[in-house]
Amino acid sequence: MRPENYEAQRQPPSNEFELNFGPNHPGIEGNYALKVKLHGDVVLEAQADGGYLHRGFEKLMEQRLWIQNIALVPRICVPDPSPMELCYSMAVEQLCGLHVPQRANWIRVMQLELSRIAAHLFTFGGHAATTGMYSTMYWGVADRDLVLDLFEEFTGGRVYSIYNIPGGVRRELPSGFLQRVSETLDYIESRLPDYDNLFFKNQVFVKRAKDVGVMTQEQALAWGVTGPNLRATGLAFDVRRDDPYLIYDQLEFEIPTEESGDAWARTLVRRHELMESIRIVRQVVEALPDIHGPIRAPIPNPLAWNVPAGETYTRVESSKGELCYYVVSDGGPKPYRVHVRGPSSMHAVQVLEKLSVGSRIEDIAQTMFSLDACPPEVDR
Amino acid sequence: MAKPIQNSKFKIQNSPIAHEDSGSILSPLKSLQFFARRPVTVPLEPRPAAANYRGFHLNDHEKCIGCSSCQKVCDNAAITMVKVPHLPEDPVNGVRNLRPAIDYGRCCWCALCVDICPTSAISLSREYVHTCTQEEIDSYFILPDEKGIHGKYYGLGWQKSADSDLLDLERQQMEELGPDARIDNFDEIVHGYSEQQAVIEASRCVQCGMCNDACPTHMDAPEYIRAIWQGKPEEAVRWIYKTNPFSHVCGRVCTHRCEDACSIGRRGEPVAIRWLKRYAMDAVDHDRIKQIAAEEKADYLSGKRIAIIGAGPAGLTAAYDLVRKGHQVTVFEAREAAGGMPRYGIPSYRLPYDMLDRDIDVIASLGVKIQTNTRIGVDISMQQLRTDYDAVVLAIGLHLGRSTRIPGSDHKQVVKAVDLLRMITNDEKFKLPKKAVVIGGGNVAMDIARSLARLQKRSQDQVGVTVTALEDKAHFLADPVEVKECLEEGIEIFDARGPQGCIVERGRLKGLKTWKVRSIFDEQGRFAPAYDENDEQIHEGDMVIEAIGQMSDVSLLGESLSEELEWNRGRLKVDENGHTSVDWLWAAGDCVNGPDVVHAVADGHRVAASIEAWLGKKA
Repeated sequence: MRPENYEAQRQPPSNEFELNFGPNHPGIEGNYALKVKLHGDVVLEAQADGGYLHRGFEKLMEQRLWIQNIALVPRICVPDPSPMELCYSMAVEQLCGLHVPQRANWIRVMQLELSRIAAHLFTFGGHAATTGMYSTMYWGVADRDLVLDLFEEFTGGRVYSIYNIPGGVRRELPSGFLQRVSETLDYIESRLPDYDNLFFKNQVFVKRAKDVGVMTQEQALAWGVTGPNLRATGLAFDVRRDDPYLIYDQLEFEIPTEESGDAWARTLVRRHELMESIRIVRQVVEALPDIHGPIRAPIPNPLAWNVPAGETYTRVESSKGELCYYVVSDGGPKPYRVHVRGPSSMHAVQVLEKLSVGSRIEDIAQTMFSLDACPPEVDR
Repeated sequence: MAKPIQNSKFKIQNSPIAHEDSGSILSPLKSLQFFARRPVTVPLEPRPAAANYRGFHLNDHEKCIGCSSCQKVCDNAAITMVKVPHLPEDPVNGVRNLRPAIDYGRCCWCALCVDICPTSAISLSREYVHTCTQEEIDSYFILPDEKGIHGKYYGLGWQKSADSDLLDLERQQMEELGPDARIDNFDEIVHGYSEQQAVIEASRCVQCGMCNDACPTHMDAPEYIRAIWQGKPEEAVRWIYKTNPFSHVCGRVCTHRCEDACSIGRRGEPVAIRWLKRYAMDAVDHDRIKQIAAEEKADYLSGKRIAIIGAGPAGLTAAYDLVRKGHQVTVFEAREAAGGMPRYGIPSYRLPYDMLDRDIDVIASLGVKIQTNTRIGVDISMQQLRTDYDAVVLAIGLHLGRSTRIPGSDHKQVVKAVDLLRMITNDEKFKLPKKAVVIGGGNVAMDIARSLARLQKRSQDQVGVTVTALEDKAHFLADPVEVKECLEEGIEIFDARGPQGCIVERGRLKGLKTWKVRSIFDEQGRFAPAYDENDEQIHEGDMVIEAIGQMSDVSLLGESLSEELEWNRGRLKVDENGHTSVDWLWAAGDCVNGPDVVHAVADGHRVAASIEAWLGKKA
């Protein structure tokens, strides 16, 4: 009981306190939390606190047959599940040397871009809600539902489409489907001025988002930032153009960028990207009727499928950024190891922690929603 | 890299928003126009789900065979196979009364169960609403039927389509000798799978185990198929020897009940289970097979002695089981070589006899003593066996051919198929007919017809064999492959013809007279063929072969033992374990149960188990 054996407990100053921000909080995306240390309203320190999903997708994948994982991977990112399916399928295809039919590739691009449109609409809605603009939130959800109607029609599921399978896609498109895709795209395009008026040009949004969570291009690159968040710092890097997969090299689209690297810029990049996605889908809708052939390469019986030993790394551009799968097979019926490099694992942990410091507590929501982080990707 | 589409019509006009713009407080007021516009968020009218929707399950209980492939592919273990007692259970035809019950607390509606279903019984509906109170939480565990989970049909959603099948419905083609290459010799027709073919074929299996249920000896086919797929033929042989020591034989001539029950066969070609067994047996070195067979042999001697009469599949299988239990087993064979009906009844183009010798050699290597050229009842009496041994098994097969007893059938050129087949196996000389007429439509009839055709082609350069069968083509007893190959080899087949008499002129056989068969069985289902007398045909021939069935030669039993035994319409009466009414005597194989090798093997196991139990009680 000698005093020198005890370290004096450090007493925080009386105007500093710790706050659990989340996991149930309107300013947090999904089940996720930050432990923030505050001085008044100013954030002194933020510590990401994930793990509330209790999933461990990567470990689960090692326990499942190659085919079974197609039903698991979409759950890693609820708002934008399609790139997950595709990236995993591409990895298995590379390991097996499967040649995917052209028609399947075009259908896959349509699926990915529709998924991006749905994801961006959802994010606009969520972001608007953090600034109290609930009309935009309802709009975002309602307009996304129209895209989900399309998903329901051609994949059989509204959210988890589970439509890609190693080798191609699972079903042919229903008749008259492309016409309905065109109609939905026309409608969403016609809605954009409304969004501009109510949200993007709204002074409330502009004042709340501008100069909040600013990151420079150097910082973004150093922190592993990708996707719209990187493009909001002025670097036009997009996997679809710079390392094309599927048939993106045959399509015409632009890579929107902004310079300021703040919450406003990140959101605006998404807004422009949504229109580019509409442009891509229109090209697919025009081209698809002339692309015939099978929609899937033959695959072995899924219950007796040994994928040849090897490792591969595939990447696609998801709505959140660069999504990568590192898949290792030991030649067995299940993956030996799968690593998911989801963009949100960088954005929601190191970037959010750093950008929050120095900002006010109410800006944390702005930062997180503008980073468009998806917590299950962190808990992968 | 392909050239990008240069088409400005896809260009979208983006309204520029600059970073310098501070936004407008008035901008949102433009949304006031929605007072005059249709709102974006409106309550949705209930509508049916899309035609492709993945809703709750539907299962056509009539089509579903309970194979459990859906359970195996389910990635959330949401499916449990449950017994539905009122549904039929028919393992021989590949039907179980198991049906998938789904735990909707686990199901993720991925529909892999639909895409893999071998029968296409399972599909998803367009129904998507199910709620309950806390007390009814068990209502999430549901056995779907064709009406859906609430008993109300909401329409078919996600279902099997031609482009979505996850199963490989075509089997690996087996290389065989063509008709021209095989007609003048007794070379084995089937070549066997290569390693690559075997692995691909084995990969088609969904491990449902229907084959195991249907097989008379319940071979562990799913396990050995899996081992072949994994590239471990030794492991496959280990599984094979658990239930069948006649696998070189069964890998070639088994009647493959397993394949008839195979769930892949519901919509496609069943997995070639018989050829896979043959592959595994051929792929492993013979000495290694002997080691594997000896792995489970007891390392002690029980001191019990067992005599087995007849070295066919039934007798030798019983010997194999009993010797592995540490008993001393002697097999007595009347003929010059062991093998029984497979040697003396199956032609070597279907079963090369050195393959049969290998199976027998494995059994003998375990310590079974096989005493050939020893006819019980002549060289050793049954009473002697009774004195010298603890138990005796009668496995004497069916070596006596039955006669039609039609007029003229006592002519010396009217012979029984089994006798002729034995002579061919033994290379005995007989007068080869220029034109032979076979009576019978079973596999034995095909065997003798094809054997004679080969001999004729070899020595006379032409085939002259006619087969007349009671049954019409739709009800032929012979394996369809046998019938097809018969026709390829130039053998004529007349169906629905009933033999009426052998035509003998001046002591010489001229042919066979047949009438058209109107029906074979009477209303009570008894054998009573009815003929159309006006439709008569004469099939010319200088030899008539009767292949209408066989019986056992039970003369070896002797008078006193025959009287002591109980009989059932001329057949030895045995209980379900092959035990006769005399406590030291069992009977197995064709002489009590028919009709093929694999049933004989099953019988051998059954009798061995019964003897083992009886010896235990006696001791």
